[in-house]
Amino acid sequence: MPLVAEPGATSRLREGRAALQAAPAAERARSLHAAANATRRRNLEMIGKAGQGHVGGDFSATDILTVLYFAVLNIDPEQPEWPERDRFVQSKGHSSGALYATLARAGFFSEAELDSYMEPLSALNGHPNRRKVPGVETNTGPLGHGVPVAVGAALAAKLDGSMRRTFVLTGDGELQEGSNWEAALSAAQYGLDGLTLIVDRNRFQQGAATEDTAGLEPLADKWAAFGFAVRHVDGHDHEALYQALSSGPVEQGKPTCLIADTLKGKGVSFIEDRVEWHHKVPTAEQITAALQELV
Amino acid sequence: MTTATATPELHDCRKAFAQTLIELAEHDPRTVAVCNDSVGSSNLKDFGARFPGQLVNVGIAEQTMVGAGAGLANGGRIPYVCAAAPFLTGRALEQIKADVAYSRTNVKLCSMSPGFAYGQLGPTHHGVEDLAWLRTLPELTVLVPSGPAETREALLWAHEHDGPVYLRVGRTKVPETEPYVPFAAGRAARLRDGDDLTVVCAGTTVPTALEAADKLAASGVQARVLNLSTIKPLDQDAVLAAARETGRIITIEEHNIHGGLGSAVAETVVAHRPVPMRLLGVGDEFTPTGSAAFLSQYFGITVEGVLRAADDLLESSGSEAVPS
Repeated sequence: MPLVAEPGATSRLREGRAALQAAPAAERARSLHAAANATRRRNLEMIGKAGQGHVGGDFSATDILTVLYFAVLNIDPEQPEWPERDRFVQSKGHSSGALYATLARAGFFSEAELDSYMEPLSALNGHPNRRKVPGVETNTGPLGHGVPVAVGAALAAKLDGSMRRTFVLTGDGELQEGSNWEAALSAAQYGLDGLTLIVDRNRFQQGAATEDTAGLEPLADKWAAFGFAVRHVDGHDHEALYQALSSGPVEQGKPTCLIADTLKGKGVSFIEDRVEWHHKVPTAEQITAALQELV
Repeated sequence: MTTATATPELHDCRKAFAQTLIELAEHDPRTVAVCNDSVGSSNLKDFGARFPGQLVNVGIAEQTMVGAGAGLANGGRIPYVCAAAPFLTGRALEQIKADVAYSRTNVKLCSMSPGFAYGQLGPTHHGVEDLAWLRTLPELTVLVPSGPAETREALLWAHEHDGPVYLRVGRTKVPETEPYVPFAAGRAARLRDGDDLTVVCAGTTVPTALEAADKLAASGVQARVLNLSTIKPLDQDAVLAAARETGRIITIEEHNIHGGLGSAVAETVVAHRPVPMRLLGVGDEFTPTGSAAFLSQYFGITVEGVLRAADDLLESSGSEAVPS
C-alpha cells in the first residue's frame, strides 16, 4: 500500500505553522522543543524495533528538521508534489529515521507506518526513496548528492520567477565529497539566493572527528570563498533556527549557508557527542533510559 | 534491393539533435539544456542564442550537471543533460543511478560523440562502456538511434516520455538509414528480411550491417538486419523471432562486447532460444591510437567482420543448427 496523508493533514500542518509564527518566541521555542523530542522518542522506538539505524546523525538533525517542517516550509502533505511547494532535500540520507518520524508527524503518512522501518518490503528503507515515501524530494544515501539536486531545484524556481525556496541539509563529513563544491560554484554563478544550505556540523563522521579525518575548517571561510553568505547558528536552539531559516536570503544574489553547530546524538546524555553512536543500536534498557531523558 | 551507386550524403547526428532540441524549446518552455562546458561539442550554441535562460552550463562538473538536471526535473522542467559519452556516464554514473534512475526523474541524458568518435584522443575519451553501465539501471530507457531522422524521432519520443532516458547522439558521420523505418521505442526495426542469419546492429553499425547484408545476398545468403535502436527495454519478440527463424545471430556494436548490445541479445537468446552467435565489438583491451575508422577496422566492426562471422557461423553451425 502506498503511503498517503490522512484527510485534513494539510490544514492541520498549516494552522500549526501559522500559530507558531504568530506565537511569542518563548512559546514557539517550547512548542518546537516538545515536537522535536517527541520525534526523537518515536525515532528511537523505530531504531529499537528495527535493530538498525543512525541515532547519532538522526538526533543532531532533529531540531533542524522540526523547525523546517513545522514552522518554515510551505508544503502540502495531501499534495506532496504540489509544484509551488518549498523544497527540502536531505542529503544525509542515512538520517532517514529522523526524516520519516518528522514526515509522519507533519502528516505526510500515518505514524503507525513508522513501525515498518527497515522491515522487508517496507517503504521506509534505510535511505529515503521518493517513489515510496511522500515528501521525499530525491533518493539519497550515497553522500554528496543533495546539493547538486538542490541547486537544480533552486534554479528551476528562479527560471520560473517563483518565490518558492529550496533547502538542503548536509552532514559535515559528507562535505568531503567534491560534488558539493562543484555544485557550490554553480549556486554562486547563478546567484541562487532562494537556496539555503544547512550544514549539520556535529563534527563527527562515522568513525572519527572530521578534523582528524579530512579536516573541513575553516569551514565558514570555505563557503564564503565559494560565494555563499554564511551564518553560524546553534543547531539545537529552536528560536535561533527559526529566525535563521524563516528569514529570506542573508544577502541578495547569494545562496545562504547556515552552519548549524550541533551535537551528534543530541538529547540523550550517554549518546550525545560520542562518535561511537554513529550507528550503534541502543539496548532495551538504554532505550527506556533515553526515553525518560527526551522530555 | 539495389546497392546505391552514388556516395550517400553523410551526417553528424548532433546537428539533427540540436535542431530538434530548438524545436522542442519553441513548443515547450519546460525544455532546458544542461551541459558541462560542452556548449560547442554538444552543438548547443544556437540553442543558447535562442533561449539563453534555458541553457544551463555548470562548467566542467559532470556530477553537478546530472544532479542539477534531476533538481530541474524536480522543479517541473524537462532537462536535456548533454555531455560527451565517457564523461556523462563514467564520471556521473552514481548520479545517474541515484538521482535519475532510482529517483525516476524526468531527465534526458544526451550522450554526445559515443563510441570511437574521439578517435586519436584515446580510450579516456571513447564511450564504449556506457551501455554496459546503464543497461543495469531499472527505469532507464536506453536508445541508440542510427541516423539523423531516427535521432530526431527518438528525441521527440523522449520528450513525450515521462521518465529517464539515455540517448546516444552520434558524431561519426553516417548516411541516412535506408530503408527508413520510423522509430518506435522498444521495437527493433527489420531493415532487411532473411532466413539464413540475423545481424543485429544499432547506431553507427547500422550502415555496416546493411552493406554486409547486401554482400551476403549477392552470394546467396539471406541475412535479416535488425536495427535495435532501443537497447533497453529489449524487443524480445524480434530477437527471439530472429533466433527461431534464422538460427544464427551476429551482433555488431561500437561498444565493448561485454555488457552491450551483443550481451543484451545473448541474454535473451540463451534463456529462451539458444542459437549460435558471434559478437562483434571491442574486446577486453583498451583502444589503441587511431581514428574512428581505424579502430572499427582494428576491432573488426566492419562489413568484412560481419562477412567473416557469417562464414564462421554458416560453416561451424551447419544446417543442423537451422531449426526445422
